[in-house]
Amino acid sequence: MIPETLELCLDGTWLAVCPVTALTPGRGVAALLPDGSQAAVFVDRAGRPYAIGNQDPFTGAQVLSRGLLGSASGRAFVASPLLKQRFDLESGRCLDDDGVAVPAYRVRTATAPAPAAV
Amino acid sequence: MTNPPTIVLIGHGMVGQRYLEALTEHGVTGRTHRIVVLCEEPRPAYDRVHLTSYFSGSTAEDLSLTPAGFMAEHGIELHLGDPAEAIDRAARTVTARSGRVFAYDTLVLATGSYPFVPPVPGKDAPGCFVYRTIEDLLAIEEYAKGRTRGAVVGGGLLGLEAAGALQGLGLETRIVEFAPRLMPVQVDEGGGAALLRTIESMGLTVHTGTGTQEVVTGADGSVSGMLLSDGSTVDTELVVFSAGVRPRDQLARDAGLEVGERGGIAVDERCRTSDPHVYAIGECALASDGRVYGLVAPGYEMAQTAAADLAGGPDRTFTGADLSTKLKLLGVDVASFGDAHGTAEGCLDVVYSDSRSGVYKKLVIGADGTLLGGVLVGEAEAYGLLRPLTGSVPPAAPEQLVLPAGVGAPAALGPGSLPDDAVICSCHNVTKKAITACATLPEVKKCTKAGTGCGSCVKVIGQLLPPAGDKGLCGCFPHTRAELYEIVRTLRLSSFAALLDGHGRPEARGGDGCEVCKPAVGSIIASLAPTIGADGYVLDGEQAALQDTNDHFLANMQRNGSYSVVPRIPGGEITPDRLIVIGEVARDFGLYTKITGGQRIDLFGARVDQLPQIWARLVDAGFESGHAYGKALRTVKSCVGQTWCRYGVQDSVRMAIGLELRYRGLRAPHKLKSAVSGCARECAEAQSKDFGVIATANGWNLYVGGNGGATPRHADLLAQDLSDAELVRLIDRFLMFYIRTADRLERTSTWLERLEGGLGHLRDVIVHDSLGLCAELESLMADHVAHYRDEWAETLGDPDRLRRFVSFVNAPGAPDPSVRFVPERDQVKPDLVLLDISPAAPAGRPLEGSAAR
Ligand code: SRM
Ligand SMILES: Cc1cc2nc3c(=O)[nH]c(=O)nc-3n(C[C@H](O)[C@H](O)[C@H](O)COP(=O)(O)OP(=O)(O)OC[C@H]3O[C@@H](n4cnc5c(N)ncnc54)[C@H](O)[C@@H]3O)c2cc1C
Ligand code: SF4
Ligand code: FES
Repeated sequence: MIPETLELCLDGTWLAVCPVTALTPGRGVAALLPDGSQAAVFVDRAGRPYAIGNQDPFTGAQVLSRGLLGSASGRAFVASPLLKQRFDLESGRCLDDDGVAVPAYRVRTATAPAPAAV
Repeated sequence: MTNPPTIVLIGHGMVGQRYLEALTEHGVTGRTHRIVVLCEEPRPAYDRVHLTSYFSGSTAEDLSLTPAGFMAEHGIELHLGDPAEAIDRAARTVTARSGRVFAYDTLVLATGSYPFVPPVPGKDAPGCFVYRTIEDLLAIEEYAKGRTRGAVVGGGLLGLEAAGALQGLGLETRIVEFAPRLMPVQVDEGGGAALLRTIESMGLTVHTGTGTQEVVTGADGSVSGMLLSDGSTVDTELVVFSAGVRPRDQLARDAGLEVGERGGIAVDERCRTSDPHVYAIGECALASDGRVYGLVAPGYEMAQTAAADLAGGPDRTFTGADLSTKLKLLGVDVASFGDAHGTAEGCLDVVYSDSRSGVYKKLVIGADGTLLGGVLVGEAEAYGLLRPLTGSVPPAAPEQLVLPAGVGAPAALGPGSLPDDAVICSCHNVTKKAITACATLPEVKKCTKAGTGCGSCVKVIGQLLPPAGDKGLCGCFPHTRAELYEIVRTLRLSSFAALLDGHGRPEARGGDGCEVCKPAVGSIIASLAPTIGADGYVLDGEQAALQDTNDHFLANMQRNGSYSVVPRIPGGEITPDRLIVIGEVARDFGLYTKITGGQRIDLFGARVDQLPQIWARLVDAGFESGHAYGKALRTVKSCVGQTWCRYGVQDSVRMAIGLELRYRGLRAPHKLKSAVSGCARECAEAQSKDFGVIATANGWNLYVGGNGGATPRHADLLAQDLSDAELVRLIDRFLMFYIRTADRLERTSTWLERLEGGLGHLRDVIVHDSLGLCAELESLMADHVAHYRDEWAETLGDPDRLRRFVSFVNAPGAPDPSVRFVPERDQVKPDLVLLDISPAAPAGRPLEGSAAR
């Protein structure tokens, strides 16, 4: 069986990130994007994938992938491991500060891998 | 277009800010008017009433009364640090210190009061202070450093508050009051006596019936003592004058406005001064009833009155106010309301007084049974209810209202018995009806402002609202941590999902949990792992998803996303060879090295992908995880003890190492710290630890519930002269009882403070086994000890577990380019420039690259 690949959409191009099995439900991993920026990629308990920017806008550190994933009212969020602000995983909006958001990426799982991202 | 009319407000204190809010409520803003505020202090309005809480950790921001963005939103010009210096009423202008001149159509004076300093010699010497502003507090705090004695002149409300603050700063404190009793304005003689006893029992010295004649200064010109009017002298290095306040009416006087004989800017019922273009509100005003009010509630009423008058709103007047107050001074509740001194004709007192416990309660009852007022000292629970009942015949007999609960008192008179129009919050004049229209306390505060002044009504508000009763851990679980512990233990649940789906709130079931419950449950499962048959290794299976990032990577994350490495050094004892290994590892990986406050060594600046390589070297040399990242045992510090020290009476190092090895890896609601000292000189600071041990000639004394940190607490002596085995047995029980019953992130100190029955109950449970729990507690600990494995050694031995230690899932070999370092004092520090975020992105504008654009 070909393992499913998690893909992320950057400027209209789908990039393969990693096999879905590389992710633990409820936790994230960081991915290096071709432009040198970083994405934080997660799957939730139900197996749904998400990707947002990895840089924590409150500290500048590239750490959102290492936060804890949670859900509230059916929407998944990640809490930054540094100062604990929460970010909606679909929109990238900060739930604790209306004026702040991180990029949010479209993601999908595919069985035929797209060309590798890096 | 003509210029909009200009309002100039002088003074941005509590009342000034309330006035601005009242204006905006009437639609008067920068869009309809030009509004200029001249503020003398360097910061916008803050909560002066809770000034003292600055010493217990509130920050200047916590105290702020000015919501962020308020001025901008309403188009108000605020000039900080620029007081008004002159008013020209003929030209209708105000000149500020900066030289700026503002023309006004309406002028509002809200200049407050200044503290009165009696004209005694030496009153201006260095070491003399007043107590009114945040700046005063900062100056007192600075001066008190390294000094040991302080005195407060004035035993009124503010004097007692200042005395409490000085004592809190570690000064031996005395209070000098001219009147024959403390708080002469608020309480009567009986209440003053109860207050005096309680305050003296707190270690403060009180001189009543004597004045201050002179502040004595030493050779360097600073305060060294005080000469009192009874001829005695007292030693003190710092004096706080708190002998009353005087209205700040000089500006008004100079402008020829009418002022009272004893001060205060005279105003009418609409708060207008003798010049119809000028209002005065708050503590600087002499109200139409001939009084100057030194409390915030009447000031707020004046602010609303003046704003309504200007806006042409519904008729509103201020004709005087109630002087009721409830205060918590030095931890003693004091309240007085209505006709507290019983001045009405034919009134009678009902008094309950218990000198042993410092409780004094008096109600003043009119001839027809009406409640006229009262004084409550030591126990002021009933204030919230009694004050609104003032002026009516209470629904229960007066004697029942003052008796302590349980002494024939009826089932406490509930706030339900209050009429709808009873004023519950006197600061903001809010009735019961307005409060019961809301559902929650935050809603009440938002919609009515009730509870946001002095706070004394919050308790009654709580009783009026539908029971919240939700003690749940978070939005996912309706249970407390202790309840979840019991559920996990008795049902042997080792899966978070099972716990959430079976015991979570209905709306959270099937979800992912949150950042609060996941680590808390992870910790419970880890503490109980051997007992419930879960894997003790915290990173396996589903447990991996529960841990905070620090536990997940077995290291503490630092500000640039790098990690620190802390190997365990039990008891602080280390061989030269091992020291060398640490040095070599640090050198080879370029880590910043620091001796910690916990008698071990912290290596900072490891990238996530370097952690396994670093630990491989350390484990090889015999080191284990120090659990600096976990809510777990940290260190057991020790002194050198009997082996080397001439005073030592036991081998403290041996004991410390034994305890550290026994409890290493134990997961708890919060971190655990310990120390062992070899004699009563206490070089290891055991009394500041969660469990501390001090050697005696006959064995060991065990102390529990100590804490350094943010809220230090001295540990309590639990048991004395214990043998080695007795000591370990008691600590086993103590720790397991704590782990079982504490709340999430609750250190043993706060847990012990909260534990019903306190130390006595704890001793009953774990020394006398009053609940029959001890055998189980001991066996839980035995399980922990038997199953302990070093997490880092386990991790290194398993390629699967090592997979997480990469910077990028799609480029496993690549280091994270944002984790870099620059030199600092011969070592390194994070290169923060690389992280490159503009400081505090302005609210309202999404960050670069944001999806919300
Ligand atoms: C390294 C060290 C400072 C140092 O350079 O000396 C340190 C560093 C940190 N301390 Fe500490 N504390 C250190 C000794 C202490 C001490 C002194 C002691 O243990 O004797 C105290 C006061 C004693 C006490 O806890 O009662 C102390 C009271 C705190 C507190 C406040 C706890 C409280 O109950 O108020 C926190 C915050 C918390 O835990 O919530 C904290 C938290 C932290 C954290 C974990 C903050 C964080 O979350 O990132 C720091 C991370 C260190 C790291 O990344 O490795 N640290 N910290 C010390 C490590 C000791 C060790 O070897 O394990
Ligand atoms: C420690 C402490 C505890 C207290 N506890 C209580 C309590 O429990 N209950 C209670 O009801 N009250 C309490 N009070 C009193 C309460 O703080 C005052 O009643 C309230 O602050 C009065 O508000 P105000 O705006 O009239 O005066 P303030 O808050 O004093 O504000 C006046 C402002 O005007 C400024 N000002 C003066 N002259 C000028 C000028 N020429 N130009 C520009 N600005 C000027 C001053 O710097 C000040 O910032 C307490 C006071 C203190 C100090
Ligand atoms: S606590 Fe006592 S035994 Fe230990 S070092 Fe200090 S003086 Fe010596
Ligand atoms: S009575 Fe002061 S806040 Fe309500």
